[in-house]
Amino acid sequence: MISFINIFVNGLLLGGIYAITAVGLSMQYGVARILNIAHGEFIMVGAFLTWMLHTSLGINPLFCLALVGPILFLLGYLVRHYLFKTLRERTPSPAAFEGNSMLMAFGLLFVIQSLAIFIWGKSIVGYSFMPYSVYLGEIRFAANRLVIMVAAVAICFLFYLFLTRTRTGKAIRAASQDSDAAALMGVDINRMLTLCFALGALMAGFAGVLVSMDVKLNATMGMEYTIIAIIVIVLGGLGSIPGSLVGGFLLGIFGSIVSGIEPGLTLAAYYLLFMVLLLVKPSGIFGR
Amino acid sequence: MKLKTDAKNVSYLVIIILILAFLVAVPFISKPYTVILLKNILMFVALTLSWALFSGPTGYISLATAAFYGAGIYTAAYLGDVLPLPVMVLCGGVASFLLALIIGAITLRLRGIYFAIFTLSSVELIKHVLHWIEITVLGKRGRPVVKVSDSTVFYVILIIVVLLLVTTYFLKRSRYGMAMSSIGSCEEAAAHIGVNVVRVKVFTFALSSFFIGLTGAIMATGLIYIDSQIAFDLNYSFFPTLMATFGGLGNIFGPVIGAVLFSYLREILITKFPYVYMLIFGLVMILTILYLPNGIIGLAQTIKVKFLGGKDATATGRKVN
Repeated sequence: MISFINIFVNGLLLGGIYAITAVGLSMQYGVARILNIAHGEFIMVGAFLTWMLHTSLGINPLFCLALVGPILFLLGYLVRHYLFKTLRERTPSPAAFEGNSMLMAFGLLFVIQSLAIFIWGKSIVGYSFMPYSVYLGEIRFAANRLVIMVAAVAICFLFYLFLTRTRTGKAIRAASQDSDAAALMGVDINRMLTLCFALGALMAGFAGVLVSMDVKLNATMGMEYTIIAIIVIVLGGLGSIPGSLVGGFLLGIFGSIVSGIEPGLTLAAYYLLFMVLLLVKPSGIFGR
Repeated sequence: MKLKTDAKNVSYLVIIILILAFLVAVPFISKPYTVILLKNILMFVALTLSWALFSGPTGYISLATAAFYGAGIYTAAYLGDVLPLPVMVLCGGVASFLLALIIGAITLRLRGIYFAIFTLSSVELIKHVLHWIEITVLGKRGRPVVKVSDSTVFYVILIIVVLLLVTTYFLKRSRYGMAMSSIGSCEEAAAHIGVNVVRVKVFTFALSSFFIGLTGAIMATGLIYIDSQIAFDLNYSFFPTLMATFGGLGNIFGPVIGAVLFSYLREILITKFPYVYMLIFGLVMILTILYLPNGIIGLAQTIKVKFLGGKDATATGRKVN
């Protein structure tokens, strides 16, 4: 029984990081229609920046959220403003835009990854953050994972409030539902799409900060997070923050169960789950 | 008018034959390094042409190239020391063909971007499952591959490239080729006018994978040792896609030009500055998609129309010829 609870708890702890990984991509694909294959590279950059700030300047990783987030937001803003916006203007149809923007994101992936290798090298780096356990009854939590999960859920909750309670959030949701009608109501669609992409990069930055507290980093780690984000999106439905949260936790528990049975097959199980989902219900479990 | 096109075709044919004759002579007249260089370039030409064979006209972006390439490599690793070389290479092609039939049959319902990410994850799924089987069931990781001389590999790849050129040329002019481009333009309409969409898609997908498998099987003989990480390297999915896009999918020369330029650049940069290569590759990719949506071939045609004038139907659309 205890081992079952441990598996469940571990899954929940993983789920937080999976959710925040997915929220960003969900914004970028759900609203701006860019399947940003380089999303994981943004996370990687966030993680390496945190590692640098922590090891060379001694800044607390949690405080890095406030430093790394804006940097990634700016990066996302520039990428969308100079690359994807131009592409959208030059591409005749929305379907062609989706395909071309994915190919362009591949180019972006190569560029970010090779620049990261220039700057940070190919070696595996990391630091330890709260390397002890806390006990709740008989259940053991790794302290850093607990902090990560709480931070991830809090960020997702704040982001959800931003989308539902502010005027800008309302404009974003309008743009995602029907961009033509929203434009007629006076929403500046282009600005909203850029904002969405930048917010997605911001979320990737936050995810990177949190990831760096738990795992070792290397410049080629991005792809794994991109894939996890895509799986969670397919699980939870596009563009929905609660969906991403639920999807993240579901995938976390699923992964934790699989690695309890056969650790070597965890990633393979993720891919299998993903492919089955794509075939059976591509709009996601909670999709519209 | 007809005479003019005939003359043009004949001159193309003469150029191609001259290039091929030169390539056939290369192992006799040049240094061993040149053979290795040309072998690697021809490998990318073969992968890119195979990729373009299916994805060009249909518009489906397949990222499963690495899966079929890896299937060829593993076939060579298991059958290389039992079967004679030509049979082994053929087996690699057949293995990929069968794998593509399976993947093709289950991805029929997927369109656009979903097809791309499904094929991408199929590579990773196969890689991880194979890795797990090797570690836990077989108890050892990877396998050695029988070594074959570079000039033999070179000739086999040259034959594969020639077969691909001929297949692409005739497929485009056949009922299947017409059916494929009608799927690329509008799949519903294609189904409506009586194209068996399922059969055309799955068959051409498998045909293109057959050539990728052949290439993988023969290239494996130069690797000495392989494991799942080496065989199912996602770069083999990305490179052909990007090379073909860079060259342009308008006609048969686009993918060839893209592959030759980029694989030559790769050969001179990869040993000393591998990350410079990746950086250049990524930047050129972004610029190509932004400013040259029809690739080098599209650019050449635009320039031709602009300077020589004349009504060229190629100036407007993505699909040319």
